[in-house]
Amino acid sequence: MNVITRYLKSLMLIELFQGLSVTGKYFFRPKFTINYPEEKTPKSNRFRGLHALRRYPNGEERCIACKLCEAVCPALAITIDSTQRDDGTRRTTRYEIDLFKCIYCGFCEESCPVDSIVETDIHEFHLENRGENIMTKEQLLAVGDRYEESIADNRQQDAAYR
Amino acid sequence: MSAEVEQAVDMVNIEVDGIAMQAPKGSMIIESTDRAGIEIPRFCYHPKLSIAANCRMCLVDVEKMPKPVPACATPVMEGMKVYTDSRRAMDAQHGVMEFLLINHPLDCPICDQGGECELQDQAMGYGRSVSRFTERKRVVKDKNVGPLVQTEMTRCIHCTRCVRFLEEIAGTSEMGGAGRGDRVEIGTCVENSIDSEMSGNIIDLCPVGALTNKPFRFAARAWELMARPSVAMHDSVGSSLYYHTRRGEVLRCVPRENETANETWLSDRDRYSHLGLNSDDRVLTPQVKENGDWKSVSWSEAFETVAGIIRTSLEADGPQQMGVLLSPSAASEEYYLAQKLARQLGCNNIDHRLREQDLSDDSARPSGPVFEMKMAAIDECSAVLLVGSNPREEAPIIGHRIRKAWRGGAKVSVINPLDWPFTFDTSLDAVVPPQEMVAELAALAAAVEKASGDSAPPYLRPALDQAEPGERHDELAARLKDADSGLVLLGQFAMSHPGASWLRALAGYIANATRCAFNVLAHGGNSAGAWHAGAVPHRGSEGPDTAAGLNVTQMLNDPLKCYLLWGIEPEYDIDNPARVMNTLAGAGKVISIAAYATGSLREISDVILPLAPFAESEGSMINLDGDTVSFSAAAKLKGDSRPGWKILRRLGGELGIQGFDQVDIGDVRAEMNETGRDDRSPAAEPDLPAVDYGNGLYRIGELPMYSVDALCRRSSSLQQTKQAQSMFLGLNPADAERLGLSEGATARVGQGEHTAEIDVNISARVPEGGAWLRSATCATRELGHAVAVVTVEVA
Repeated sequence: MNVITRYLKSLMLIELFQGLSVTGKYFFRPKFTINYPEEKTPKSNRFRGLHALRRYPNGEERCIACKLCEAVCPALAITIDSTQRDDGTRRTTRYEIDLFKCIYCGFCEESCPVDSIVETDIHEFHLENRGENIMTKEQLLAVGDRYEESIADNRQQDAAYR
Repeated sequence: MSAEVEQAVDMVNIEVDGIAMQAPKGSMIIESTDRAGIEIPRFCYHPKLSIAANCRMCLVDVEKMPKPVPACATPVMEGMKVYTDSRRAMDAQHGVMEFLLINHPLDCPICDQGGECELQDQAMGYGRSVSRFTERKRVVKDKNVGPLVQTEMTRCIHCTRCVRFLEEIAGTSEMGGAGRGDRVEIGTCVENSIDSEMSGNIIDLCPVGALTNKPFRFAARAWELMARPSVAMHDSVGSSLYYHTRRGEVLRCVPRENETANETWLSDRDRYSHLGLNSDDRVLTPQVKENGDWKSVSWSEAFETVAGIIRTSLEADGPQQMGVLLSPSAASEEYYLAQKLARQLGCNNIDHRLREQDLSDDSARPSGPVFEMKMAAIDECSAVLLVGSNPREEAPIIGHRIRKAWRGGAKVSVINPLDWPFTFDTSLDAVVPPQEMVAELAALAAAVEKASGDSAPPYLRPALDQAEPGERHDELAARLKDADSGLVLLGQFAMSHPGASWLRALAGYIANATRCAFNVLAHGGNSAGAWHAGAVPHRGSEGPDTAAGLNVTQMLNDPLKCYLLWGIEPEYDIDNPARVMNTLAGAGKVISIAAYATGSLREISDVILPLAPFAESEGSMINLDGDTVSFSAAAKLKGDSRPGWKILRRLGGELGIQGFDQVDIGDVRAEMNETGRDDRSPAAEPDLPAVDYGNGLYRIGELPMYSVDALCRRSSSLQQTKQAQSMFLGLNPADAERLGLSEGATARVGQGEHTAEIDVNISARVPEGGAWLRSATCATRELGHAVAVVTVEVA
């Protein structure tokens, strides 16, 4: 009996059609893939991407060179030199992040008492030359200036949970 | 048995947190808990300072006491039961912490003390996580207290450690508290700066960020720094310290505990001198002068050039035409190799006593600067006589120890050329101009001879026979003779005196006859090391059996054909700058091995090799107690500079001399130990020449404390202090009136054919007949001897 059933099943290609039905089902379902980069998936407001240094609305840089981010960084990716600025405040003269060392853990952002160093949701960046992996203070501030709106917006959304 | 009973009488039994222990009668609870390792939080208590009990952080619970009591101010009593972690004690400590934080800013991230702050640490244990205080905090204006200490007085918690330090240890009482309650403000009285030579210690004492290191301000965090143990080489105390380095660069300096030398303190000179390490005129590559232009070359080329110069000079003029002059603050290994090199070449012209002008008693001098009373014992002595010495500036730690002795009841008297402001009271003083110092000391020696009955050696007779001891001399002689432990301290000024051999002989006799200890403070950080290694013309590393070569004054009287200068800036580091520069300019060849090169050094030198300063080098020194202290490099070598012993080893190899194949500094040390330390003193009697002091004002060429060596002279912060200000000519009011000079007028000072124009400062500290004109300064680098006759007239 078993032999006959198996023979009929294989003659009528039932397993083939069962398999094709799965293919067919997914063929007509809405697609998960998107046309990157024209289309993009949504990102969490907590996404940890490229770093930025922020400023206060009056243009003053937030960073006070407390060096907590440098101390907490598990990958030792941050290097800071500090000094007394002419107005007597404590400021950095050098603030560098090595993007090759960085593991994007976000500890720097968590440790910052003035919300200066942040990880933006930018993940689409590339490096062309050796040495570009070191983000200097000017570059980090420039990133912050350019994306301040979205940085602030993301922090705003997350504020209740911090 | 009896010792045990005696101990039991002095001790009481107490119980702390259930642990039974014994404590000396009259000691405080906190001393016992510290000894037992039981932690009690504190801010104002410091074992080296008096007890203030004003921070209230150390409140503990004591059985049968109605209220918590401060552990730092409660003496132990028999059967006392102390609880440091009971509910009541903890509540009290938490409460005090909350009160302390009411007015203390909570902005640790921008505070320079962050990471090494006692308040921060203890707030972690005793503080609340959120402040309940919502009212306005107190704000206090910062004070400018000078170039070394930065203030942020809002952070002050009024522990008064700084006030007590300056009052008790430094002895200058420059700080105090004004106001009451929460309006207390700690500050200097009337906008003064803090000018103590030990002021940097208040930075270490301050438990919060109110007093911090000014040159180090905002430069780094404590956790980034590596603490490298080292030794200070600016005076022979050899203070133990830590260099705090980051990425191989020295950023600051803090004391390292060493009870026999610097206790837990550090003088400002030792603390801030490292700022000179990165001076602009640091020599970074070997350089050779070619047709008047300086060219950087490789080490190999430089060694070839140097060896060529030495060989040519030896062949043409013989070894007697070579002279080796070494800084008195070099490492012992450098002295040893330098003298070995010179002596193997047949040259005994080697000396390190650059600021001494009277070396006529060399044949009778002992094997190094005598220091019979150990540094720590000075605290306990009962009578001190200072001869030509300002210990506060020459060796601040010795000054501090004399102050400690004075606080313990010691009587101090001085025979000095200037009425220096000491931190201890002196009596039976003689402040006489330099030309009268020998006569004054001879008068005391005559009084001592009369009082003790020990007849003076015949070579002192010419001075003693002319002496007329007065009542004061008799009294002082009696005081020294009757002292349980007396000390005669001959200072650096006496060593640079034109009659230094007389002063040495007389002071030595006085100490001997009165059974006092005799201590000598020589110039530089490692004079003892230089003597023992043989960096003197009449004594090799094996002892006194060496044919005497030329000493420093003889070497510079007439130009030799070839000089080797080791770590020296001739215009500042040698006694008679005018003659020295003249001689060196007329010399055949000058090889400079130095860390820094000024324009004039470049003018006279033919080759400059970059020498690593002691913070970047390794070596050892012999401190005042005679102990050998070794140190290793704290910072990375700058540029192409090399440690001194390596330069000498290579040079010896280049010249083809045997015995220059050491692999590491241990080999050099082993070799030095093998030759042994021969401390035999020659039995010869000193040959004391008659000194002609001439007529007229005598220059008091005091060496300013921040000009002692090239490193200090380049420390920008030290140079901004009041002590470093040296552009003045101090005159006694009577002399000034006679010369028609008023305060602030410009005087023309002449020494031989050299003159300088300097503003007059009229001061009663200068004795009549003296002219206070500091040496080793820009203003005086074109003049002659530091201590000699000068002419002063209206410019």
